[in-house]
Order: sequence, then C-alpha cells, then structure tokens
Amino acid sequence: MIPAAFDYKRASSAAEAISLISQYGSDAKFLAGGHSLLPLMKLRLAQPAMLIDIGRVKDLSYIKDAGNHIAIGALTRHMDVETSKVLHEHAPLLSHAAGHVGDSQVRHRGTIGGSIAHADPASDLPATTLALGATYVVQGPKGQREIAATKFYKGFLESDLAADEMLIEIRVPKMQGAGWSFQKFNRRAQDWAIVGVAAWRRKGEAGVALVNMGSTPILATSVASAIAKGASISDAAALASNEADPQSDLNASTDYRKHLASVLVRRALEAASK
Amino acid sequence: MTITENKPTKIIGTRLLRREDPPLLTGEAKFTNDLNIPGALHLSVLRSPFAHAKIKSIDVSAALKIIGVVAIYTGKDLQSAWAAPMPCAWPVTTDMKNPPHYPLASDKVNYVGDGVAAILATNETASRDALDAIDVEYEPLKAVVDLEDALSDKNIIHKDLGTNKSYTWPLLVEETPGCVEEAFKKARYKVKERYVQQRLIPMAMEPRAIAAVPQPFGGDITLYSSTQIPHILKVMSALTLGIPEQQVRVVAPSVGGGFGSKLDVYAEELLCMALARKHNTPVRWVEERSENSHATIQGRGQIQHIELAADEKGKITAVRVRIIGDMGAYLQLVTPGVPLLGAFLYAGVYDIPKAYDFSCTSVFTNLTPTDAYRGAGRPEATYAIEMAIEALAREMKIDSFELRKRNYIKKEQFPYTAFSGLTYDSGDHLLAAEKAVKMTDLAGVRAQQKKQNVPGATKLLGVGMSSYFEMCGLAPSRVLASLNYSAGGWEAATVRVLPTNKVQVITGTSPHGQGHETSWAMIASEKLGVAPEDVDVLHSDTAISALGLDTYGSRSLPVGGVAIALACDKVIEKAKLIAAHQLECAAEDLQFAGGTFSVKGSPDRALPLAAIAFGAFTAHNLPDGCEPNLEAQVSYDPPNFSWPFGTHMCVVEVDTETGAVKILKYIAVDDCGNQINPLIVEGQVHGGVVQGIAQALFEEAVYDSDGNLKTATLMEYLVPAASDLPSITTGHTVTPSPTNQLGVKGIGEAGTIGAAPTVITAIIDALSSLGVTSMAMPASPQTVWRTIQEATRGGKK
Ligand SMILES: Cc1cc2nc3c(=O)[nH]c(=O)nc-3n(C[C@H](O)[C@H](O)[C@H](O)COP(=O)(O)OP(=O)(O)OC[C@H]3O[C@@H](n4cnc5c(N)ncnc54)[C@H](O)[C@@H]3O)c2cc1C
Repeated sequence: MIPAAFDYKRASSAAEAISLISQYGSDAKFLAGGHSLLPLMKLRLAQPAMLIDIGRVKDLSYIKDAGNHIAIGALTRHMDVETSKVLHEHAPLLSHAAGHVGDSQVRHRGTIGGSIAHADPASDLPATTLALGATYVVQGPKGQREIAATKFYKGFLESDLAADEMLIEIRVPKMQGAGWSFQKFNRRAQDWAIVGVAAWRRKGEAGVALVNMGSTPILATSVASAIAKGASISDAAALASNEADPQSDLNASTDYRKHLASVLVRRALEAASK
Repeated sequence: MTITENKPTKIIGTRLLRREDPPLLTGEAKFTNDLNIPGALHLSVLRSPFAHAKIKSIDVSAALKIIGVVAIYTGKDLQSAWAAPMPCAWPVTTDMKNPPHYPLASDKVNYVGDGVAAILATNETASRDALDAIDVEYEPLKAVVDLEDALSDKNIIHKDLGTNKSYTWPLLVEETPGCVEEAFKKARYKVKERYVQQRLIPMAMEPRAIAAVPQPFGGDITLYSSTQIPHILKVMSALTLGIPEQQVRVVAPSVGGGFGSKLDVYAEELLCMALARKHNTPVRWVEERSENSHATIQGRGQIQHIELAADEKGKITAVRVRIIGDMGAYLQLVTPGVPLLGAFLYAGVYDIPKAYDFSCTSVFTNLTPTDAYRGAGRPEATYAIEMAIEALAREMKIDSFELRKRNYIKKEQFPYTAFSGLTYDSGDHLLAAEKAVKMTDLAGVRAQQKKQNVPGATKLLGVGMSSYFEMCGLAPSRVLASLNYSAGGWEAATVRVLPTNKVQVITGTSPHGQGHETSWAMIASEKLGVAPEDVDVLHSDTAISALGLDTYGSRSLPVGGVAIALACDKVIEKAKLIAAHQLECAAEDLQFAGGTFSVKGSPDRALPLAAIAFGAFTAHNLPDGCEPNLEAQVSYDPPNFSWPFGTHMCVVEVDTETGAVKILKYIAVDDCGNQINPLIVEGQVHGGVVQGIAQALFEEAVYDSDGNLKTATLMEYLVPAASDLPSITTGHTVTPSPTNQLGVKGIGEAGTIGAAPTVITAIIDALSSLGVTSMAMPASPQTVWRTIQEATRGGKK
C-alpha cells in the first residue's frame, strides 16, 4: 500500500492548477478527493510523477440556481450534492444518486468533478448527469469550453478532457417536476453498481442512462424513443441494452447484465411514472 | 493500607461491558505494527506471480542499488538457516505425504504468493520499491487448480511424492461387517448429494504483522506477532530455527481477529527471526491486504459427497460420506486435520445406528494452503448433513422439521454414546428447535408464504433451518492423541492474590477479540468474592504466561476458563487453612462466601480473604508447613470435548427477476450451557452468524484456471458490512455441561456452523415451487438467477 514516489503541488485556484499542469505535462495528475486516484496509486497501477492537489480550490465548490439549470462546481463533494436543498428541488435524481456513491467516508471526500473526469462507466454520477442532459464546463490554457455529456465519454476511463484541461463546472438542466428513479443493483451497499439505471420521465418523454453496461456510461436512447413513440414500459425496457456493450466479470456475465438492465429499466420507469 | 471490602454477589451471568473495548475503540490499544522499535529493518517478501513455475534465475542487482536496501536473500541463500522445514503438527495418517516446505521457495514455486526473495531495508518504502526491481525468470508449469483434476494425478505438483494425494483417512463404523451397504440396499428412502465448500479468505481486520527483536547479549530473541498461538509458535519456531526454546519469547500484542488464520507458524515469522539474528537487529514485517489474500491460509475448500439411507418413517439407517479436501500447495500447521474435525459430525444431531462410512482424501493444489477457519471441518459437516436432511424430506415429501424431530437424539438419551464411541455429554435438540420455531413464528411465515408465493410472483418467501452439534474445546489430550495430533488439549492457569487483595489471573489462552479479559475476571471475581475490576488478566506473553495452548476451536472457556476456576478453588483451599489457623478452628468448620471465611453457625467469627492475602504475604502467622503467598497453578485436561448445539432459522425473500436474496429474519437459538457473560455470548453468535451468512451469500476465493486469485482485494472479495445484513435475533437454551464445574461449552464457532445451511435451505425453500432443489454457495444474485433459469427451463421440457 505504498505508492511509487511522486511530487506534490497544491493549487489554490483553477488558473494556478492549469498553469501547473501545463508546466508538468502528461506526468502530472490532478488530485481532487483522491478516492479513485489514490487507490490506483497504492496498488501502483497509476504512477504519476506529480500530483497537483485541487482539493482546496474552494471557489469551485458550490451549487447554484442558474435559471434553466443548476451549476455545480467540480470540487463539490458527493455529500454536498446529496444534501443540497437546491438539487432536492430541481434535480432530485442527481442528489439521490450521489447518496448511493460508496459509503459516507467516500461521499465526504469524493467530488462530482473527480467522478466525471475519471469517466468510470461503473460510477453513478457520470451516467446520472448523462441521463439528465448535463453539460460540463472545462477550462484549459486557451480558455473555457462546454462539452455536452453525450459527447464527453470516449472510452474506458477516457474522456474528451485534454491532459491540460480541468473540469470546473457541471450544468444540470432543471428537472421541472419530472418523475425519476435511480436503481442501483449491487451485492454490498457500498459497492459500485453491477448494473445501475438513472431514469426520469415526463409524460411522453424519458431519459435513461445505464451504469456499468459498457466501456462508458450509456445513454439508452432506444428506450427513450420507444417511450416517446408510446411503447409500454415493459416493451421499452426490453430495449435497455440496445446501445450497451456490457463486459463479463465475477459478478455478472454479459447475458445476466443485459437481463438485469431490462429489469431495472422497467422498474425505474415504473417508479418514475408514479 | 486500604483493603478492598467489595463483595459482589453474582457476577457470572451478568452483561458486564467488555473491559477490552475502551482502548480498542479509542485507538489506544497497541497492535504489533504500532510498536515503536528503533532501528528495525523492514522485511518485504517478493512473491511468485505464477501458481506453478520453475525458478530459472533471480537477479537482485538493481534492487540492491536502491538507497535503503540492506540485503536481499533468495531461498537458496537461506537454506542453511533452517533446522527443519516449516511444521505440520497433524500427521493424520502414518503414510501422509508432506512435501518439505521452507519459508522461501528455492527451485520451484507452487502457488501465487509463494515467497521467492526476502528484502531487508531501513524503511518500508525502500523494501517495497525493491520488490519491483528484482528480476526473476520463471518457467511456468501447468497449474493444478481443480480438486478432481488434482485427484487424477495428471499433473503432479510435488514430483518426489509421486502423487497429489496427501492422505486418505477412513472412519468406518459398522455394528456388523457390511451393514452400511446392507442398510442402503434395504433403505425405503435414499438421497445422494454433492456439495462444494468454496474456499474462503479469513480476512481478519488486522492483517498479520511481525517484529523479531534480538535481546542484547546471550542470543535471546523476542518475537512480537499478530498470532493466536504464542505458546505453540514459541516451540515451533525454536524447533524450526534450531534455537534453544528458552531463548525464545513470543508476545502477541493486541490482535485484530484471527478466525483461525493466525493459528499457524508462518514463513514471515521465521524469516523475521532468522534475519534478525543474522543481522543482530530488529526485523519487522506487516502484511498488505491483498498480500493477506495470497499469503495467509484460506479456509474450507472441500467437495463433499453424502448419502443417507432411511426407513419408511425417515429414520436414518446409514450415512456414507466421501470428501475431497483441498490442502493447497503445502501443509501448514493443522491443514490435514481440518476435514477430520468434521469427520464425526456427518450424522449431526441425529440418532443413528453404527452404520457410518466416512472417508476423506486430501489433495495438493497450486493454491494458497488451507488451514483452520472458524469452525474448521464442523461447518462443512453440518452443512452436508443438514442439506441432506432437507433433500431426504423432499424425497419423502414431508416437512423437514418433522423429519428432524423423528431423528433428533432425545433429551433422555444423554449422556449419549455416539456411533463413533464419542460421548455427547448433554443436549436437548428438540427444545432448542422448538424455541427457534416459535421465535420465527413458523406457522405465521408459512401462512404468509402461501399468500405470497403464488404463480407469477417475483418475490418469493422461504424459511430455512439447521440444527447443529459442535464438537469443540479441543480438549482431552488422549483423544487428540488417537487422532495423531502432535500436541495436547490441556490449558494452564495461575491465580495469585496480591497482598492488597488484588488478583492476577494468568492464562494460557490467547484472546484476539473474544473478550477473555472480561470473562476470566468475572470467573475469578465470583469465585474469590472480589470486584471484577480488582482482577487483572495477563496473557499472550510467554515470559508471563509460560504454559498454555492458546486460543482456537472454541476451547478457551471450557478448557482455559475452567482451569481458572480450578486454580481459584486451590487458592481458596489454601486460604482456608490459613483462616482456620488464625480463627483457631478446624478447616472443615469454615465456609467461604462473598470473599469471607466464617465459622459455620457463628458468622461473627470471620476473616476476609483480604486479611488472609495480606497475612500470606507477611507470613508472620501461618500454619506450620504452609508456604507464604496466596497463589495456585493448574493445568487442566478436560475429560471430554464440549458439545454446544442449537437450531438456527431464517426467512428470506428471493427476487426471482434479479436473483437477489434478502434475509428478512434471522433467529439463532444456541445452547452453550451456562453463560459467563451473555453480552459476549451474543457478540460471538452475531460474528459467527455473519461469517456463515457470508459463506452462504457473499464470499468466495475465486481462482482462474491458471491459479490466479481473482478476488484479492476487498473490492472483489465480498465481506459483507452491517448494511448488507439482517438484524440477528438470538435466543438460547441452557443445558449445562456436566463435565466441568462451570457448566460451560464453547460458543466461538457456533454461529458460523449454524448459519450457512440455514440460509441456503431458506433459498431452496423459497424457490421450491419453481423446481429448484439445490443451490451453490455463495448464492450470489447471478447464481440464484441462473439456477432459477435452469430449473424453470428443465420444468418446461
Ligand atoms: C471504497 C470506495 C467506494 C466507492 N464507491 C463508489 C460508488 O459506489 N459509486 C461511484 O460512483 N463512485 C464510487 N467511488 C468513487 C468515488 O466516487 C470517487 O470519489 C470518484 O470517482 C472520484 O472523485 P475524486 O474527487 O475522489 O477524484 P480523484 O480520485 O482525486 O481523481 C480521479 C481522476 O480524475 C482526475 N480529476 C479529478 N478532478 C478533476 C478535475 N476537476 N478536472 C480534471 N480532472 C480531474 C484526477 O486527475 C484523477 O485522474 C468509490 C470510491 C471508493 C474509495
């Protein structure tokens, strides 16, 4: 449990963090909550030469009502997302999902930005923000750009973020009273999902994203369009895996994962329709 | 001076809070790795990444250049350091095959995790970095992973042995020759079942940690180890290293759980000692979590075949059992004996004739060695017989509780001489079972089940049950001898009343989470009439507690605790002579109660123990021939094992769409005789039940076909947490043991023994309407879902 040697710098603002990362290049990594990065380093599966600690960039920890959407600073801890009154009112699916991340220790350290930047298909918040049609704001040496969640995830632990860019804000459209459900299927409460489903529904509209059903979080567009065309919930749910390409592991084979996805999507849509 | 006149009336049986807890909960307790040992070198062990491979070459030159690295040793370098191979203390048969096993492999590695090189460095970081810098060239060989494959001898692991079979141990008990075969021929009902006991990783909260500290001058060495067995470790390490035993002192500081995994003599202990002596400087080692998954023994690992024959009423007429035991790559301390600890229990709590045919063949595999894990052999046996009883009830189409009732050994049959010749000292199985049935509200659950388990329902209710008998206490030395065990089963205790009437209890048991300090103080407190807080309990340091056989097999209370009671009796006997002398009466005329001797009939002629203790210390006025000081030592060898028993039940709900199992209710009715501290008893039951549930639903050491462990971290090896478990309702019956004065039996392993079959039988019950009749462990959602798919597909055909 001893990582390989590394250097460490602490940034006090996004600008400083970005200038540091430009300086150290691809050997450097941002350190936010450390709850994905440090375990990898302790197992020596990741060996960055330089850590740039952004954990104390205080001005990136916020949850604000920005009119049509809620703006969440990248360094906001899961715990703050879970308990936010603003989110309870305008994006309850997200705060509820944040309450299902790991255990309370993890939720007190881990950040929403770290979770999204890490782009783990098994994590809860990438898929949830994807279902909600979120936009991510990133900042690099050349300034800011916005990336739609649908364009962000490129592969297993791979995203559209350049090595010298930092995720600074997550913009989540207000749910406008849509019904919602988050289904997390796992064997122990604190584990990552074997399969997870984040779903919302408003009359003829629905959004469904899947956790751990491929190398990226998956937007189940077939389900959403079936609902839009008036299909029954169970017929729509049968299409759950259309966009997915799930792997097989100790907990679930590919077939079982696909089966679980349709059961959980059905349950999620039923709950969201109540 | 003040003399405590605190006279508690009844201590035994009260729910005294554990005195161990404040230091543990505040972090003040010192575990081995918390010890501050100036100048210690850090050991890291380079481990084989292959399950089976020849070592072609080892290049340590780059690693030696790392700043802080002091020395690196390969297996070959250390060959002369060992006076003997690592010990196996249980040669179960005279022709048992036991490959030589040294702390580091020299020519060939035999499991992933087998030690290849030992690195000493001035700091932990350097020794860790050196692991990545050593270059070993391996020639991989075919790994033997599957038990039946091992048995075939297609690939032999230890070539010199000529076979993968370590031993075959038969136990055939027949009233008349051939009567087992005959019983099966005549049987009205028969069942034949196969079960797999998956390998489990014990996962003590504290991984192993060691520090070997040479003492200045004279060659003495102190070994600090996170061990359950300081006494056994002392003898065994002295023998293996060729050090005179009196030069070795073993100390087990606070130990964070063991469950059998620290009941062993490990390579790293021997390496730390050998290298500390070689470098004449302290050497320490601490295990990483995933290293623990590979390098510390695992539990279970059996394939069981069980057959029952029964008459038209379901009375069992014969039992036949064939087992393949997975030893892993080498035999550790008691590896070969583990399956045999269950050998006598495949008839469970049932009254069977002398028609019992058991045989166990154990094989080597290219996997981590197995050894004792909570229950050791007895959970496996109980699982098999209880699952087979369920199968027999299905075959007969009767309720399994009804079938159990027809077969239970009856209360009036105790003491009961079993088919094996062992005497079950006491029991009342029906009472415990009926209590469990009542607490479960079986009739209510069955009614609910009828309503809920209708065709098409996706949440199915099931009830499970298991009755167990445990043979524990390990225990009469003569019986252990007849099993070829190399040590005895006695336990030692010293009780000393200090001049100020404070009491020291010195025990040979070695607690690592069980609360002995509290329980032992309660025994001495009640016996001597002093307050429990005036009793200090000393243990786990061979310089303080010279004699002892340590803690495992639910033995500490029925052997070690009873030894303390007996030592208290001896102290009281001696104090009585002094009291009689000072009160000028005959010893027979004295009675002792609440810490005071008084003359029968004239209570004002009395002398408190405090006064006698002080008098024994000044020795001014002792009877002729009476030695000063008030202390007594006892070595106690019990006349029998201890036989706790009970019935566990649970109610589960199975989600047939996902395969998820939820335990709605768990009832444990255990009978461990008299309870010294019910709070501690409940804690033991809770922990045990959780480990049994874990085997049933969560845990498995999964290996791929090349012998790689796929569940080495706590992300894949699913130890359940509180949020994944039901609230456990404990009940108990009290059938005191007639073989010891406290009337106590062991309780450490009971929960583990009862739980796995209880949960699995409940799942099968829930799914019975779908045609499910078997369920593999762990019953993960995927396994449950698959089993349902197979059963319903089969049903449609
Ligand atoms: C025991 C345990 C259980 C867990 N269970 C779950 C679970 O059930 N569900 C779940 O979703 N997650 C789970 N997690 C992961 C947890 O949510 C992590 O906190 C999260 O995935 C990463 O956030 P972090 O702030 O800790 O990121 P870090 O570990 O600090 O960083 C992760 C990666 O993202 C990069 N990074 C971080 N912030 C930024 C940024 N602002 N811009 C650019 N790059 C950045 C880092 O360089 C690094 O590569 C668990 C973690 C643990 C330890």
